Amino acid sequence: MAKKQMTGSEKLILAQTQLKANLKKRKKTVFAVILGIAAFIICNVLISTGALGRQGSGLLVPICINIMLAVSLNLIVGFLGELSLGHAGFMSVGAYAGCLFTIHANLPTIIEFPLALIIGGLTAAVFGVIIGLPALRLNGDYLAIVTLAFGEIIRSIINSLDFTGGAGGLKGINKFSNFSVAYIAAMITIVVIVNLVNSRHGRAITAIRDNIISAEATGINVVFYKLLSFVIAAFFAGAAGVLYGHHLAILKPGTFDFNKSIEILVIVVLGGMGSIPGSIIAAIVITLLPEVLRDLSDYRMLIYSIALIVMMLSSSSTHLAELRMKIRKKLGLSGRKGVA
Amino acid sequence: MQQLCEQLLNGLNLGSVYALIALGYTMVYGIAKMLNFAHGDIIMVGAYTLLLSGSRFGLPWWASVLLCTVICCVLGVSIEKIAYKPLRSSSPLTVLITAIGVSYFLQSSALLIFGSNKQKVDSLIKIKGFTFYGINISGESIVTLSVTIIIMILLTLFIKKTKMGKAMLAVSEDKGAAQLMGVNVNSTISATFAIGSSLAAVAGILYMSSYGFVGPYTGSLPGIKAFVAAVLGGIGSIPGAMLGGILLGIIESMAKTYISTDLADAIVFGILIVVLLFRPTGLLGKKRMEKV
Repeated sequence: MAKKQMTGSEKLILAQTQLKANLKKRKKTVFAVILGIAAFIICNVLISTGALGRQGSGLLVPICINIMLAVSLNLIVGFLGELSLGHAGFMSVGAYAGCLFTIHANLPTIIEFPLALIIGGLTAAVFGVIIGLPALRLNGDYLAIVTLAFGEIIRSIINSLDFTGGAGGLKGINKFSNFSVAYIAAMITIVVIVNLVNSRHGRAITAIRDNIISAEATGINVVFYKLLSFVIAAFFAGAAGVLYGHHLAILKPGTFDFNKSIEILVIVVLGGMGSIPGSIIAAIVITLLPEVLRDLSDYRMLIYSIALIVMMLSSSSTHLAELRMKIRKKLGLSGRKGVA
Repeated sequence: MQQLCEQLLNGLNLGSVYALIALGYTMVYGIAKMLNFAHGDIIMVGAYTLLLSGSRFGLPWWASVLLCTVICCVLGVSIEKIAYKPLRSSSPLTVLITAIGVSYFLQSSALLIFGSNKQKVDSLIKIKGFTFYGINISGESIVTLSVTIIIMILLTLFIKKTKMGKAMLAVSEDKGAAQLMGVNVNSTISATFAIGSSLAAVAGILYMSSYGFVGPYTGSLPGIKAFVAAVLGGIGSIPGAMLGGILLGIIESMAKTYISTDLADAIVFGILIVVLLFRPTGLLGKKRMEKV
């Protein structure tokens, strides 16, 4: 763009546009904060007036858990551009660590539960490092299959250990999870990941996604940033697992199988890889959908799988992209960027 | 000693099935550079076809085998045409997610059609086993091993001697250059999927004759383990897939007998991680330079 020297007026225009962009960004942030607080208040009012009913309020915590899982997985899939099929594994490690802590520690709830969330997250993060160090030398299909293998290893180990309750499950967990805690945890996840993505580190992570070789050549420490994304994603998945355990009051290793990882992946893909608002909306929709459309519950997985295929085909097929442009033109919608 | 030999035989039996599935993975990976996640589920489709043709309609064994192979072959090729072909120039992530979608599509369709209960499939193999120095050798093992050996010889001859086989090697080496040399890349890839899926059908029939029950998720675990076998042997290498499959089968049945049934899967996957850590190209794989 700027091959020749910029004149004074051009510099001024550039500065003005930058200022405008900053203002727009700030407006967006303020809007998001207001939206977040409003949603919290509205949900609390709805719970206390009983407008949501038992079933409705029972779904709020799973929604928050799914938001945490989807947003954290989006960091790996959408921003780092690697496929992790072991997110349920991180979730289960965190869930077992946090729940074992609350079962054995006898502290007041206010201290115990947040501590359990952090312990669950940290344990999962440690596993993120353990699996990350060898796995991150790989990329693409190999990395995906290693994360899958890792998830399965975790599941069979939990299944065969005694102190985790084995295949029968871990029982006697207190039902600490309520909407407020889950909501705050989900908000922290979103804020941390949004800020990370918009920071210098986030740009390094997206550079790795776009072209790993040129990112490395630019001096980005690829292994470090891959590991960082995995550790952060694992941390929040672990914390989400703790919430999950304290919501259901029972943990079974069978819950955290490959299908659970795929379900989270479906949320991320449907919401749009690399879009955090998309992940949030998709998490809400996918959690509510089976409850709203009970008749269709048999077809749920079929619909998910078709959605996955169609999303992928439509996002990268040139024919469909042209078709979409044509439809946009006919409807009079002026050109947004068609192909991502 | 007797137990050891029997477990070794069991391992060989299981390992031949893994090797047949791994061949499909490794050929597709070598040529299309994609991990065909739905490959394992083709085994499941083959097993259900066997259930319908053999147990329900009472077709003779050769007709069942033929029907299974044809259906799996057609399914494999059509999956490639519908789902993977439009994505040939997309990022590996997109292709992988699509493949997972296809795998789930097959599983959930089977779930809707046949229900979640596992159903008994009658074994096609009617040969009686015998006892050799106190070691029981079942008819299933004899057939599985001999079929696998025959298929491997035929496949090696096919790759080495025929025009299509040479085209496959050329495409796996360098797709662009092969195209310039007049190789039809599209039909070569279709042929690869056809062969891979037919092998999966045979593997499904052999697997069913030893294990006997089919459910919607029957194919996914053997599929993933066969992929581990392919990686162990070196992905893209055909002898590697055979070696990896048989090694993995033996390791798994030994782990089941001497360590723990629960942990056998964990050990198999642990091997994958160790192999990728110390020798990412596998036992027989070639080193590939990363080009900019």
